[in-house]
Amino acid sequence: MKLLPIACLAAALSIGAALSASAEDAPKKITIATEGAYAPWNFTTADGKPDGMEVELARNLCERMKVECTIITQDWDGLIPALTVGKFDVIMASMFITDKRLEVIDFTQPYAIDPSGFAVAKDSPLGALAGSSEKIKLEDEAPAKAAIDKIKPLIAGKVVGVQAATSNLEFLKKYFDGSVEIREYKTTEQHDLDLAAGRVDALFAQQTALAATLAKPEFSGYTVAGPGFVGGVFGRGTGAGLRKQDTALKAMLNKAIDEAIADGTVKKLSLKWLKTDVTPPK
Amino acid sequence: MDFAFFAEIVPKLLAGLPLTLELAGTSILLGGILALTLALAQRLRQPWIDWPIRGFVALFRGTPLLVQIFLIYYGLGQFRLTLQELGLWGLFREPYWCAILALTLNTTAYGSEILRGAMQSVPIGQIEAAQAFGMTRLMTLRRIVLPIALRQALPSYGNEIILMVKGTSLASIVTLMEVTGIAQGIISQTYRAVEVFVCAGAIYLILNFIITRTLGRLEHNLSRHLRPASGFATSPT
Repeated sequence: MKLLPIACLAAALSIGAALSASAEDAPKKITIATEGAYAPWNFTTADGKPDGMEVELARNLCERMKVECTIITQDWDGLIPALTVGKFDVIMASMFITDKRLEVIDFTQPYAIDPSGFAVAKDSPLGALAGSSEKIKLEDEAPAKAAIDKIKPLIAGKVVGVQAATSNLEFLKKYFDGSVEIREYKTTEQHDLDLAAGRVDALFAQQTALAATLAKPEFSGYTVAGPGFVGGVFGRGTGAGLRKQDTALKAMLNKAIDEAIADGTVKKLSLKWLKTDVTPPK
Repeated sequence: MDFAFFAEIVPKLLAGLPLTLELAGTSILLGGILALTLALAQRLRQPWIDWPIRGFVALFRGTPLLVQIFLIYYGLGQFRLTLQELGLWGLFREPYWCAILALTLNTTAYGSEILRGAMQSVPIGQIEAAQAFGMTRLMTLRRIVLPIALRQALPSYGNEIILMVKGTSLASIVTLMEVTGIAQGIISQTYRAVEVFVCAGAIYLILNFIITRTLGRLEHNLSRHLRPASGFATSPT
Protein backbone atom coordinates (compact mmCIF):
# COMPACT_ATOMS: atom_id res chain seq x y z
CA MET A 1 0.00 0.00 0.00
CA LYS A 2 2.83 2.40 0.79
CA LEU A 3 4.23 1.82 -2.68
CA LEU A 4 1.26 3.41 -4.40
CA PRO A 5 1.94 7.03 -3.45
CA ILE A 6 5.62 6.57 -4.27
CA ALA A 7 4.74 5.11 -7.64
CA CYS A 8 2.39 8.02 -8.30
CA LEU A 9 5.07 10.51 -7.36
CA ALA A 10 7.61 8.78 -9.57
CA ALA A 11 5.18 8.76 -12.47
CA ALA A 12 4.41 12.44 -11.97
CA LEU A 13 8.10 13.28 -11.86
CA SER A 14 8.90 11.33 -15.00
CA ILE A 15 6.00 12.96 -16.85
CA GLY A 16 7.25 16.33 -15.68
CA ALA A 17 10.73 15.47 -16.89
CA ALA A 18 9.39 14.34 -20.25
CA LEU A 19 7.39 17.54 -20.63
CA SER A 20 10.27 19.83 -19.80
CA ALA A 21 12.53 17.92 -22.17
CA SER A 22 10.10 18.35 -25.05
CA ALA A 23 9.87 22.08 -24.55
CA GLU A 24 13.50 22.70 -25.49
CA ASP A 25 15.97 21.47 -28.06
CA ALA A 26 15.25 18.91 -30.73
CA PRO A 27 12.65 16.44 -29.47
CA LYS A 28 13.23 12.69 -29.84
CA LYS A 29 9.59 11.71 -29.48
CA ILE A 30 6.56 13.62 -30.71
CA THR A 31 2.83 13.07 -30.79
CA ILE A 32 1.01 14.16 -33.93
CA ALA A 33 -2.76 14.66 -33.84
CA THR A 34 -5.09 14.41 -36.79
CA GLU A 35 -8.87 14.56 -37.01
CA GLY A 36 -9.39 11.10 -38.44
CA ALA A 37 -12.67 12.05 -40.11
CA TYR A 38 -11.66 13.93 -43.27
CA ALA A 39 -11.08 11.31 -45.92
CA PRO A 40 -8.95 11.06 -47.93
CA TRP A 41 -6.71 13.54 -46.09
CA ASN A 42 -7.06 11.74 -42.78
CA PHE A 43 -9.56 9.18 -41.62
CA THR A 44 -9.97 6.26 -39.26
CA THR A 45 -9.94 2.74 -40.65
CA ALA A 46 -12.53 0.15 -39.63
CA ASP A 47 -10.11 -1.22 -37.03
CA GLY A 48 -9.61 2.23 -35.48
CA LYS A 49 -6.23 3.22 -36.92
CA PRO A 50 -5.61 6.64 -38.48
CA ASP A 51 -4.82 6.54 -42.18
CA GLY A 52 -4.86 8.80 -45.22
CA MET A 53 -2.61 11.21 -47.10
CA GLU A 54 -1.57 13.25 -44.07
CA VAL A 55 -1.03 10.23 -41.86
CA GLU A 56 1.32 8.72 -44.45
CA LEU A 57 3.03 12.09 -44.89
CA ALA A 58 3.40 12.44 -41.13
CA ARG A 59 5.15 9.06 -40.91
CA ASN A 60 7.38 10.04 -43.80
CA LEU A 61 8.34 13.34 -42.14
CA CYS A 62 9.09 11.55 -38.87
CA GLU A 63 11.45 9.18 -40.67
CA ARG A 64 13.23 12.14 -42.20
CA MET A 65 13.51 13.87 -38.81
CA LYS A 66 14.55 10.60 -37.13
CA VAL A 67 12.06 11.02 -34.33
CA GLU A 68 9.66 8.51 -32.85
CA CYS A 69 6.10 9.52 -33.68
CA THR A 70 2.75 8.59 -32.25
CA ILE A 71 -0.24 9.56 -34.36
CA ILE A 72 -3.50 10.09 -32.53
CA THR A 73 -6.94 11.39 -33.45
CA GLN A 74 -8.79 14.24 -31.79
CA ASP A 75 -12.09 15.99 -32.58
CA TRP A 76 -11.60 18.85 -34.99
CA ASP A 77 -12.94 21.62 -32.75
CA GLY A 78 -10.66 20.54 -29.89
CA LEU A 79 -7.43 20.34 -31.89
CA ILE A 80 -6.03 23.82 -31.25
CA PRO A 81 -7.05 24.05 -27.55
CA ALA A 82 -5.53 20.60 -26.94
CA LEU A 83 -2.31 21.56 -28.72
CA THR A 84 -1.88 24.72 -26.66
CA VAL A 85 -2.28 22.84 -23.37
CA GLY A 86 0.26 20.25 -24.47
CA LYS A 87 -1.85 17.13 -25.11
CA PHE A 88 0.22 16.58 -28.27
CA ASP A 89 2.91 18.44 -30.23
CA VAL A 90 1.83 18.74 -33.85
CA ILE A 91 -1.48 19.06 -35.74
CA MET A 92 -1.65 17.60 -39.21
CA ALA A 93 -5.34 17.70 -39.98
CA SER A 94 -5.76 19.52 -43.27
CA MET A 95 -5.66 22.77 -41.33
CA PHE A 96 -5.28 25.99 -43.26
CA ILE A 97 -2.66 28.49 -42.13
CA THR A 98 -4.84 31.52 -41.33
CA ASP A 99 -4.05 34.79 -39.56
CA LYS A 100 -6.58 34.00 -36.85
CA ARG A 101 -4.97 30.67 -36.03
CA LEU A 102 -1.51 32.24 -36.19
CA GLU A 103 -2.50 34.46 -33.27
CA VAL A 104 -2.69 31.35 -31.10
CA ILE A 105 -0.38 28.75 -32.61
CA ASP A 106 2.41 28.58 -35.17
CA PHE A 107 2.52 26.70 -38.45
CA THR A 108 5.16 25.12 -40.63
CA GLN A 109 5.34 26.09 -44.28
CA PRO A 110 2.38 24.72 -46.26
CA TYR A 111 2.63 21.15 -47.51
CA ALA A 112 -0.49 21.47 -49.66
CA ILE A 113 -2.64 24.08 -51.38
CA ASP A 114 -6.17 22.84 -51.80
CA PRO A 115 -9.07 24.98 -53.03
CA SER A 116 -12.53 24.88 -51.42
CA GLY A 117 -15.76 24.68 -53.38
CA PHE A 118 -19.40 23.63 -53.52
CA ALA A 119 -20.90 20.21 -54.13
CA VAL A 120 -24.53 20.15 -55.36
CA ALA A 121 -26.99 17.97 -57.25
CA LYS A 122 -26.15 17.74 -60.95
CA ASP A 123 -29.65 18.82 -61.95
CA SER A 124 -29.68 21.94 -59.73
CA PRO A 125 -28.99 25.43 -61.14
CA LEU A 126 -25.49 25.50 -59.63
CA GLY A 127 -24.85 21.91 -60.70
CA ALA A 128 -25.22 23.01 -64.33
CA LEU A 129 -22.14 25.19 -63.80
CA ALA A 130 -20.13 21.98 -63.27
CA GLY A 131 -16.76 21.81 -61.60
CA SER A 132 -13.84 23.67 -63.03
CA SER A 133 -10.15 23.62 -62.29
CA GLU A 134 -10.29 27.40 -62.08
CA LYS A 135 -8.82 28.76 -58.85
CA ILE A 136 -10.16 32.04 -57.53
CA LYS A 137 -7.79 33.96 -55.26
CA LEU A 138 -9.84 35.87 -52.71
CA GLU A 139 -7.10 38.53 -52.56
CA ASP A 140 -7.88 39.49 -56.16
CA GLU A 141 -11.04 41.27 -55.16
CA ALA A 142 -12.63 42.02 -58.54
CA PRO A 143 -12.50 38.51 -60.05
CA ALA A 144 -13.36 36.96 -56.67
CA LYS A 145 -16.44 39.16 -56.35
CA ALA A 146 -17.46 38.37 -59.93
CA ALA A 147 -17.20 34.61 -59.27
CA ILE A 148 -19.16 34.84 -56.02
CA ASP A 149 -21.86 37.04 -57.60
CA LYS A 150 -22.22 34.46 -60.35
CA ILE A 151 -22.80 31.65 -57.83
CA LYS A 152 -25.07 33.57 -55.44
CA PRO A 153 -28.32 33.58 -57.49
CA LEU A 154 -27.79 29.92 -58.41
CA ILE A 155 -27.74 28.80 -54.78
CA ALA A 156 -30.00 31.41 -53.15
CA GLY A 157 -32.24 30.03 -50.41
CA LYS A 158 -30.57 26.60 -50.37
CA VAL A 159 -29.36 24.81 -47.24
CA VAL A 160 -25.57 24.45 -47.25
CA GLY A 161 -23.76 22.01 -44.95
CA VAL A 162 -20.29 22.91 -43.71
CA GLN A 163 -17.99 21.73 -40.94
CA ALA A 164 -17.99 23.95 -37.84
CA ALA A 165 -14.85 25.81 -36.80
CA THR A 166 -13.37 25.77 -40.31
CA SER A 167 -12.22 28.39 -42.79
CA ASN A 168 -14.94 26.99 -45.05
CA LEU A 169 -17.57 28.14 -42.55
CA GLU A 170 -15.87 31.52 -42.29
CA PHE A 171 -15.97 31.85 -46.07
CA LEU A 172 -19.72 31.08 -46.20
CA LYS A 173 -20.45 33.51 -43.37
CA LYS A 174 -18.43 36.25 -45.02
CA TYR A 175 -19.67 35.91 -48.61
CA PHE A 176 -22.98 34.01 -48.50
CA ASP A 177 -24.57 35.00 -45.18
CA GLY A 178 -28.25 35.79 -45.73
CA SER A 179 -28.43 34.27 -49.20
CA VAL A 180 -28.12 30.64 -48.05
CA GLU A 181 -29.04 28.77 -44.86
CA ILE A 182 -25.82 27.57 -43.23
CA ARG A 183 -25.86 24.34 -41.19
CA GLU A 184 -22.81 23.57 -39.08
CA TYR A 185 -21.63 19.99 -38.59
CA LYS A 186 -19.03 18.49 -36.24
CA THR A 187 -17.44 16.40 -38.99
CA THR A 188 -17.62 16.35 -42.78
CA GLU A 189 -18.78 12.72 -42.58
CA GLN A 190 -21.94 14.00 -40.89
CA HIS A 191 -22.71 16.56 -43.60
CA ASP A 192 -22.06 13.90 -46.23
CA LEU A 193 -24.75 11.76 -44.56
CA ASP A 194 -27.17 14.67 -44.60
CA LEU A 195 -26.50 15.39 -48.27
CA ALA A 196 -27.36 11.75 -49.00
CA ALA A 197 -30.46 12.04 -46.82
CA GLY A 198 -31.54 15.21 -48.63
CA ARG A 199 -31.46 17.42 -45.54
CA VAL A 200 -28.96 19.79 -47.13
CA ASP A 201 -28.91 20.89 -50.76
CA ALA A 202 -25.20 21.60 -51.01
CA LEU A 203 -21.89 21.14 -49.22
CA PHE A 204 -18.99 23.51 -48.98
CA ALA A 205 -15.60 21.91 -48.28
CA GLN A 206 -12.19 21.33 -49.83
CA GLN A 207 -12.64 20.13 -53.38
CA THR A 208 -10.40 17.09 -52.89
CA ALA A 209 -12.49 15.89 -49.93
CA LEU A 210 -15.72 16.55 -51.86
CA ALA A 211 -14.43 14.65 -54.89
CA ALA A 212 -13.65 11.65 -52.67
CA THR A 213 -17.11 11.76 -51.10
CA LEU A 214 -18.91 12.11 -54.43
CA ALA A 215 -17.05 9.10 -55.81
CA LYS A 216 -19.25 6.89 -53.60
CA PRO A 217 -22.24 5.33 -55.40
CA GLU A 218 -24.93 7.04 -53.30
CA PHE A 219 -23.69 10.44 -54.52
CA SER A 220 -23.85 9.65 -58.25
CA GLY A 221 -26.35 12.49 -58.74
CA TYR A 222 -24.01 15.09 -57.25
CA THR A 223 -21.08 17.06 -58.59
CA VAL A 224 -18.43 19.55 -57.53
CA ALA A 225 -19.64 22.83 -58.96
CA GLY A 226 -18.08 26.17 -59.71
CA PRO A 227 -14.51 27.31 -59.19
CA GLY A 228 -12.27 26.56 -56.22
CA PHE A 229 -11.46 29.32 -53.77
CA VAL A 230 -8.03 29.92 -52.20
CA GLY A 231 -6.32 32.67 -50.17
CA GLY A 232 -8.19 35.26 -48.10
CA VAL A 233 -10.02 33.54 -45.25
CA PHE A 234 -8.41 30.28 -46.41
CA GLY A 235 -4.98 31.63 -45.53
CA ARG A 236 -1.75 30.36 -46.98
CA GLY A 237 -2.44 26.70 -47.61
CA THR A 238 -2.40 23.60 -45.43
CA GLY A 239 0.37 23.36 -42.85
CA ALA A 240 1.30 21.50 -39.69
CA GLY A 241 0.28 23.38 -36.54
CA LEU A 242 2.52 23.57 -33.50
CA ARG A 243 3.06 25.59 -30.32
CA LYS A 244 4.76 28.94 -30.77
CA GLN A 245 7.59 28.11 -28.39
CA ASP A 246 8.55 24.87 -30.17
CA THR A 247 10.93 26.59 -32.58
CA ALA A 248 13.38 23.68 -32.84
CA LEU A 249 10.55 21.35 -33.85
CA LYS A 250 9.32 23.90 -36.39
CA ALA A 251 12.74 24.10 -38.03
CA MET A 252 12.97 20.30 -38.19
CA LEU A 253 9.49 19.96 -39.69
CA ASN A 254 10.10 22.73 -42.23
CA LYS A 255 13.31 21.03 -43.37
CA ALA A 256 11.54 17.67 -43.65
CA ILE A 257 8.65 19.22 -45.61
CA ASP A 258 11.16 20.93 -47.92
CA GLU A 259 12.76 17.57 -48.64
CA ALA A 260 9.42 15.82 -49.09
CA ILE A 261 8.31 18.44 -51.60
CA ALA A 262 11.68 18.47 -53.41
CA ASP A 263 11.93 14.69 -53.91
CA GLY A 264 8.31 14.36 -55.02
CA THR A 265 6.98 12.51 -51.96
CA VAL A 266 4.19 15.05 -51.42
CA LYS A 267 3.21 14.80 -55.08
CA LYS A 268 3.28 11.00 -54.98
CA LEU A 269 1.10 10.82 -51.83
CA SER A 270 -1.21 13.50 -53.17
CA LEU A 271 -1.82 11.63 -56.42
CA LYS A 272 -2.25 8.37 -54.51
CA TRP A 273 -4.84 9.65 -52.05
CA LEU A 274 -6.35 12.80 -53.56
CA LYS A 275 -6.11 11.92 -57.28
CA THR A 276 -4.75 15.40 -57.94
CA ASP A 277 -1.53 17.22 -57.14
CA VAL A 278 -1.84 19.64 -54.24
CA THR A 279 1.90 20.34 -53.87
CA PRO A 280 2.35 24.05 -53.10
CA PRO A 281 4.03 25.95 -55.95
CA LYS A 282 7.60 27.07 -55.31
CA MET B 1 -9.85 38.31 -15.95
CA ASP B 2 -10.77 39.93 -19.23
CA PHE B 3 -14.15 41.50 -18.52
CA ALA B 4 -14.39 43.08 -21.97
CA PHE B 5 -14.22 39.60 -23.46
CA PHE B 6 -16.95 38.34 -21.12
CA ALA B 7 -19.12 41.32 -22.01
CA GLU B 8 -18.63 40.46 -25.66
CA ILE B 9 -19.48 36.76 -25.47
CA VAL B 10 -22.42 36.83 -23.03
CA PRO B 11 -24.89 38.43 -25.50
CA LYS B 12 -23.74 36.01 -28.22
CA LEU B 13 -24.37 33.04 -25.92
CA LEU B 14 -27.72 34.43 -24.77
CA ALA B 15 -28.82 34.46 -28.41
CA GLY B 16 -28.95 30.67 -28.10
CA LEU B 17 -31.09 30.74 -24.98
CA PRO B 18 -34.48 30.90 -26.76
CA LEU B 19 -33.66 27.72 -28.66
CA THR B 20 -32.42 25.99 -25.48
CA LEU B 21 -35.64 26.98 -23.69
CA GLU B 22 -37.79 25.95 -26.64
CA LEU B 23 -36.17 22.52 -26.90
CA ALA B 24 -36.35 21.94 -23.14
CA GLY B 25 -39.88 23.37 -22.74
CA THR B 26 -41.44 21.48 -25.63
CA SER B 27 -39.88 18.15 -24.74
CA ILE B 28 -40.64 18.47 -21.01
CA LEU B 29 -44.27 19.36 -21.75
CA LEU B 30 -44.87 16.67 -24.37
CA GLY B 31 -42.80 14.16 -22.40
CA GLY B 32 -44.77 14.93 -19.25
CA ILE B 33 -48.09 14.25 -20.95
CA LEU B 34 -46.79 11.02 -22.49
CA ALA B 35 -45.18 9.93 -19.22
CA LEU B 36 -48.47 10.37 -17.33
CA THR B 37 -50.30 8.45 -20.05
CA LEU B 38 -47.85 5.57 -19.85
CA ALA B 39 -47.89 5.52 -16.04
CA LEU B 40 -51.70 5.42 -16.03
CA ALA B 41 -51.79 2.74 -18.71
CA GLN B 42 -49.60 0.57 -16.52
CA ARG B 43 -52.16 0.78 -13.71
CA LEU B 44 -54.52 -1.28 -15.84
CA ARG B 45 -52.21 -4.27 -15.25
CA GLN B 46 -52.63 -5.69 -18.74
CA PRO B 47 -49.57 -7.66 -19.88
CA TRP B 48 -50.05 -6.59 -23.51
CA ILE B 49 -49.83 -2.94 -22.41
CA ASP B 50 -47.18 -3.44 -19.74
CA TRP B 51 -44.55 -5.26 -21.77
CA PRO B 52 -44.24 -2.80 -24.67
CA ILE B 53 -44.04 0.06 -22.17
CA ARG B 54 -41.39 -1.73 -20.12
CA GLY B 55 -39.44 -2.41 -23.31
CA PHE B 56 -39.63 1.24 -24.32
CA VAL B 57 -38.55 2.43 -20.87
CA ALA B 58 -35.66 -0.04 -20.73
CA LEU B 59 -34.48 1.04 -24.19
CA PHE B 60 -34.55 4.78 -23.53
CA ARG B 61 -33.19 4.62 -19.99
CA GLY B 62 -30.52 2.13 -20.91
CA THR B 63 -28.94 4.02 -23.82
CA PRO B 64 -27.22 7.41 -23.77
CA LEU B 65 -29.21 10.43 -24.97
CA LEU B 66 -26.36 11.20 -27.38
CA VAL B 67 -26.79 7.83 -29.07
CA GLN B 68 -30.57 8.36 -29.24
CA ILE B 69 -30.17 11.74 -30.95
CA PHE B 70 -27.63 10.28 -33.39
CA LEU B 71 -29.87 7.33 -34.23
CA ILE B 72 -33.00 9.40 -34.69
CA TYR B 73 -31.23 12.02 -36.80
CA TYR B 74 -28.56 10.27 -38.85
CA GLY B 75 -29.97 6.76 -38.49
CA LEU B 76 -33.49 7.53 -39.68
CA GLY B 77 -32.03 9.85 -42.33
CA GLN B 78 -30.99 6.72 -44.19
CA PHE B 79 -34.60 5.53 -44.44
CA ARG B 80 -35.66 8.61 -46.32
CA LEU B 81 -37.68 6.77 -48.98
CA THR B 82 -39.70 4.78 -46.44
CA LEU B 83 -40.33 7.90 -44.39
CA GLN B 84 -41.36 9.80 -47.50
CA GLU B 85 -43.90 7.09 -48.31
CA LEU B 86 -45.25 7.37 -44.78
CA GLY B 87 -45.43 11.14 -45.18
CA LEU B 88 -43.15 11.62 -42.17
CA TRP B 89 -40.06 12.88 -43.96
CA GLY B 90 -41.12 16.52 -43.58
CA LEU B 91 -40.72 16.02 -39.83
CA PHE B 92 -37.53 13.96 -39.87
CA ARG B 93 -35.88 16.23 -42.42
CA GLU B 94 -35.67 19.01 -39.84
CA PRO B 95 -32.98 18.73 -37.17
CA TYR B 96 -35.28 20.65 -34.82
CA TRP B 97 -38.02 18.02 -34.79
CA CYS B 98 -35.51 15.17 -34.58
CA ALA B 99 -34.02 16.76 -31.47
CA ILE B 100 -37.48 17.37 -29.98
CA LEU B 101 -38.41 13.75 -30.66
CA ALA B 102 -35.25 12.34 -29.06
CA LEU B 103 -35.51 14.58 -25.99
CA THR B 104 -39.24 13.89 -25.61
CA LEU B 105 -38.92 10.11 -25.83
CA ASN B 106 -36.02 10.19 -23.38
CA THR B 107 -37.85 12.24 -20.77
CA THR B 108 -41.02 10.17 -21.30
CA ALA B 109 -39.13 7.03 -20.32
CA TYR B 110 -37.72 8.54 -17.12
CA GLY B 111 -40.89 10.47 -16.29
CA SER B 112 -43.20 7.48 -16.63
CA GLU B 113 -41.09 5.53 -14.14
CA ILE B 114 -41.12 8.42 -11.67
CA LEU B 115 -44.91 8.76 -11.93
CA ARG B 116 -45.52 5.02 -11.81
CA GLY B 117 -43.47 4.75 -8.64
CA ALA B 118 -45.23 7.74 -7.10
CA MET B 119 -48.67 6.26 -7.81
CA GLN B 120 -47.60 2.96 -6.28
CA SER B 121 -46.53 4.72 -3.13
CA VAL B 122 -50.02 6.14 -2.48
CA PRO B 123 -51.04 4.38 0.78
CA ILE B 124 -53.55 1.62 0.12
CA GLY B 125 -55.57 2.82 3.10
CA GLN B 126 -56.34 6.08 1.30
CA ILE B 127 -57.66 4.22 -1.71
CA GLU B 128 -59.73 1.86 0.43
CA ALA B 129 -61.15 4.82 2.31
CA ALA B 130 -62.15 6.43 -0.99
CA GLN B 131 -63.86 3.24 -2.09
CA ALA B 132 -65.63 3.00 1.26
CA PHE B 133 -67.06 6.43 0.47
CA GLY B 134 -68.41 4.99 -2.74
CA MET B 135 -66.02 6.75 -5.12
CA THR B 136 -65.63 5.21 -8.56
CA ARG B 137 -62.18 4.19 -9.78
CA LEU B 138 -61.93 7.31 -11.93
CA MET B 139 -62.97 9.56 -9.10
CA THR B 140 -60.49 7.87 -6.75
CA LEU B 141 -57.79 8.45 -9.34
CA ARG B 142 -58.70 12.10 -9.83
CA ARG B 143 -59.32 13.04 -6.21
CA ILE B 144 -56.99 10.77 -4.24
CA VAL B 145 -54.30 8.97 -6.22
CA LEU B 146 -53.14 11.69 -8.64
CA PRO B 147 -52.95 14.58 -6.14
CA ILE B 148 -50.95 12.50 -3.68
CA ALA B 149 -48.76 10.90 -6.37
CA LEU B 150 -47.97 14.14 -8.21
CA ARG B 151 -46.96 15.81 -4.96
CA GLN B 152 -44.75 12.83 -4.15
CA ALA B 153 -43.20 12.84 -7.61
CA LEU B 154 -42.37 16.53 -7.65
CA PRO B 155 -38.82 16.38 -6.23
CA SER B 156 -37.65 13.59 -8.53
CA TYR B 157 -39.53 15.06 -11.49
CA GLY B 158 -37.70 18.31 -10.78
CA ASN B 159 -34.43 16.43 -11.20
CA GLU B 160 -35.64 15.11 -14.52
CA ILE B 161 -36.54 18.63 -15.71
CA ILE B 162 -33.06 19.86 -14.84
CA LEU B 163 -31.49 16.91 -16.65
CA MET B 164 -33.54 17.77 -19.73
CA VAL B 165 -32.41 21.40 -19.69
CA LYS B 166 -28.83 20.15 -19.65
CA GLY B 167 -29.67 17.48 -22.23
CA THR B 168 -30.50 20.16 -24.79
CA SER B 169 -26.77 20.89 -24.97
CA LEU B 170 -26.48 17.78 -27.16
CA ALA B 171 -28.68 19.34 -29.85
CA SER B 172 -25.67 21.09 -31.39
CA ILE B 173 -24.54 17.74 -32.82
CA VAL B 174 -27.54 17.86 -35.13
CA THR B 175 -26.65 21.39 -36.26
CA LEU B 176 -28.92 23.24 -33.81
CA MET B 177 -27.09 26.26 -32.48
CA GLU B 178 -28.29 26.46 -28.88
CA VAL B 179 -26.16 27.85 -26.04
CA THR B 180 -23.54 25.06 -26.12
CA GLY B 181 -23.37 25.04 -29.92
CA ILE B 182 -22.77 28.78 -29.97
CA ALA B 183 -20.15 28.39 -27.23
CA GLN B 184 -18.25 25.88 -29.35
CA GLY B 185 -18.48 28.23 -32.32
CA ILE B 186 -17.01 31.11 -30.31
CA ILE B 187 -14.21 28.87 -29.03
CA SER B 188 -13.32 27.89 -32.57
CA GLN B 189 -12.89 31.58 -33.39
CA THR B 190 -11.13 32.71 -30.23
CA TYR B 191 -9.57 29.48 -28.84
CA ARG B 192 -10.48 30.67 -25.34
CA ALA B 193 -12.24 27.58 -24.13
CA VAL B 194 -12.18 28.35 -20.41
CA GLU B 195 -13.85 31.76 -20.51
CA VAL B 196 -16.51 30.69 -23.00
CA PHE B 197 -17.44 27.47 -21.24
CA VAL B 198 -17.50 29.25 -17.87
CA CYS B 199 -20.05 31.68 -19.31
CA ALA B 200 -22.10 28.94 -20.95
CA GLY B 201 -22.01 26.98 -17.69
CA ALA B 202 -23.16 30.03 -15.76
CA ILE B 203 -26.16 30.44 -18.08
CA TYR B 204 -27.25 26.85 -17.41
CA LEU B 205 -26.59 27.32 -13.69
CA ILE B 206 -28.81 30.40 -13.47
CA LEU B 207 -31.50 28.76 -15.56
CA ASN B 208 -31.54 25.66 -13.38
CA PHE B 209 -31.41 27.77 -10.22
CA ILE B 210 -34.64 29.49 -11.31
CA ILE B 211 -36.21 26.11 -12.07
CA THR B 212 -35.23 24.60 -8.70
CA ARG B 213 -36.51 27.65 -6.83
CA THR B 214 -39.83 27.59 -8.70
CA LEU B 215 -40.30 23.88 -8.08
CA GLY B 216 -39.27 24.32 -4.44
CA ARG B 217 -41.93 27.00 -4.03
CA LEU B 218 -44.52 24.76 -5.68
CA GLU B 219 -43.58 21.86 -3.42
CA HIS B 220 -43.80 24.11 -0.38
CA ASN B 221 -47.29 25.26 -1.35
CA LEU B 222 -48.51 21.75 -2.08
CA SER B 223 -47.35 20.34 1.26
CA ARG B 224 -48.91 23.07 3.42
CA HIS B 225 -51.17 20.54 5.12
CA LEU B 226 -48.16 18.52 6.26
CA ARG B 227 -46.68 21.37 8.29
CA PRO B 228 -47.96 22.54 11.62
CA ALA B 229 -50.30 25.52 11.26
CA SER B 230 -48.53 28.80 11.99
CA GLY B 231 -48.77 29.86 15.61
CA PHE B 232 -49.07 26.26 16.77
CA ALA B 233 -46.36 24.06 18.18
CA THR B 234 -43.56 26.22 16.82
CA SER B 235 -42.11 27.05 20.20
CA PRO B 236 -43.09 24.91 23.12
CA THR B 237 -43.49 27.21 26.11
